[in-house]
Amino acid sequence: MRPLRTILPSLATAFAAQASDRFPKPDFEAAYQPPAEVWPGAGTALGEAIDVALLAAALGLAAHLALGRRSRRGIAVLSVVCLAYFGFWRRGCLCAVGAIQPVAEALFRGTELPLATAAIFLLPLIFALFFGRVFCAAVCPLGAIQDLVAWRPQRLSRWLASPLTLVPPIYLALALLLAGTGSAYVICRFDPFVPLFRLSGNLHGILAGICLLLLGVVLARPYCRFLCPYGVLLGWFSRFSWRHLTITPEECIRCRLCAESCPFDAILPPQPAAAPEPLPTAVRRLGRILVACPLIVLAGGWGFARAGIPLARLHSDTRLLEQIALEEAGMAVPSVESDAFRRSGRLPDELRQSVAGRRRALGRGGWWVGMAVGVVFAARLLGASVRRRRDGYEPDRLHCLSCGRCFRACPVEHARLRRKAATEE
Amino acid sequence: MAVCGATLAAARRGPARRTLWQIDPAACVQCGLCATSCVLPVSAVKCVHNFAMCGYCRLCFGYFEADAPALNAGAENQMCPTGAIQRRFVEDPYHEYTIREDLCIGCGRCVKGCTDFGNGSLYLQVRHDVCVHCEECAIATVCPTQAFRRVPADDPYLRKGAAGEGT
Ligand code: SF4
Ligand code: SF4
Ligand code: SF4
Ligand code: SF4
Repeated sequence: MRPLRTILPSLATAFAAQASDRFPKPDFEAAYQPPAEVWPGAGTALGEAIDVALLAAALGLAAHLALGRRSRRGIAVLSVVCLAYFGFWRRGCLCAVGAIQPVAEALFRGTELPLATAAIFLLPLIFALFFGRVFCAAVCPLGAIQDLVAWRPQRLSRWLASPLTLVPPIYLALALLLAGTGSAYVICRFDPFVPLFRLSGNLHGILAGICLLLLGVVLARPYCRFLCPYGVLLGWFSRFSWRHLTITPEECIRCRLCAESCPFDAILPPQPAAAPEPLPTAVRRLGRILVACPLIVLAGGWGFARAGIPLARLHSDTRLLEQIALEEAGMAVPSVESDAFRRSGRLPDELRQSVAGRRRALGRGGWWVGMAVGVVFAARLLGASVRRRRDGYEPDRLHCLSCGRCFRACPVEHARLRRKAATEE
Repeated sequence: MAVCGATLAAARRGPARRTLWQIDPAACVQCGLCATSCVLPVSAVKCVHNFAMCGYCRLCFGYFEADAPALNAGAENQMCPTGAIQRRFVEDPYHEYTIREDLCIGCGRCVKGCTDFGNGSLYLQVRHDVCVHCEECAIATVCPTQAFRRVPADDPYLRKGAAGEGT
């Protein structure tokens, strides 16, 4: 007689093969109708088109309020409306910030990119190219929730602020790398405010959101200024925008009141044209920069390629493989995940291949995005070394969120409005 | 500019509507993570029932705990931790089992019983009236069997028993 141990597996396979008719379908005597199956849909194509249209309308209105009407109050009201709709009502998932990731995945891995997602990603950028960061001013719910709590904004000293502004490009590059290799959507996973909009999610997320809002009381819009990856793209588009919000359309009297009113430190002071530099100093300075730039680019590439190894753990396959290795070494007990994996029929080899492939992609992609970050930093260095003349106080197009707070601080603007009111009477 | 162009080019290849997440019932092994990993307080994953596959068994492996003390609706006998399965007598010996989705938490215990020992007519699906359609599904990032995939919004279910889908 064959031992039971050898029969059982074959019995099990025979059993499994017939999974769907182990028990015969019943022959009902009376007329019997099974309950109807319901398959709830997920909105309609029209609904999605309306969402995109609403986003476009909100952007248009924001541009009108910031550049045409020049109304801080209007911007504030619109931002609260958008926070209520795009944030709390739509629960944060109509999000241009997160849309970076499906776009990156489509560009680098050839996945399908839905038109609606592409539109949500592109609309704020196109508006930034024409009118500056009006999306940040009044439409983005992440920005709006921080704007609401910015009660006592303090100025950050330069030596702290300038290194912090290097964080968003790094975050953007990481997000592109991880989405582009199909590893993780970090922007969504570590979004601090969406758990608050949904009033659910993991505890860490909610706590991070609350901490960031508390910090936001004294440091205006910390996420926007020192983290937001989409803000980097918006800043670049806004830098070359066709029109941009002005502090006053008239001539600046250099009173400095606006610069003090801006909670984001995004107003640049007047600057005389650079004094002519003696040739040898200029050559030496240029030489130093030209040596530094390639070094920065290489360092960026190397750093990101190295970062790929720990980052690979953001994907469940990597964690699973580590867990299985630990179990085989007798250093861990089976987890829910490894148990499910063993029951799934996926082969450890398949897992190993997927992990190795992702590591390679992260290493290769890391070089590219890291070097891109290096180029951005080098460009900053170059930019900082050229002094451009500015006659009056001006918004820094890269960092200005077009919130309009400076209108009220400007005495020239007050005079202009009084004159305008007088002529209208 | 290049970013805009490339994005538009990619979007021309893609579908018009957003894609949604769904569970491939052929890959799912009912590990239980669906109940605990969704971003919603009560998971958007629910058990659905394909009546065409069901044996209407008196002794349902999805309804009764394997070591149930008695075969009645007592909570100690039921597999489902929330009592979301309703058992209705149809005619001897057949019983009909329906899922109350408002109670179901997507733990998959019933599905596991039915798949391992029954006809496999119960299975898990993301219900799109509940799901908030995360860009990256939080359950997909932990699912050990890679059972989650993106599906078109016009046809967002992977039905069991339907042609080409899991049996
Ligand atoms: S910087 Fe980012 S988070 Fe802040 S308002 Fe702009 S897009 Fe939104
Ligand atoms: S996490 Fe994956 S394997 Fe586990 S129950 Fe959900 S779909 Fe099934
Ligand atoms: S056992 Fe779990 S999956 Fe099945 S009906 Fe109950 S709650 Fe839903
Ligand atoms: S997409 Fe989000 S809401 Fe839907 S099942 Fe996944 S985690 Fe839950």
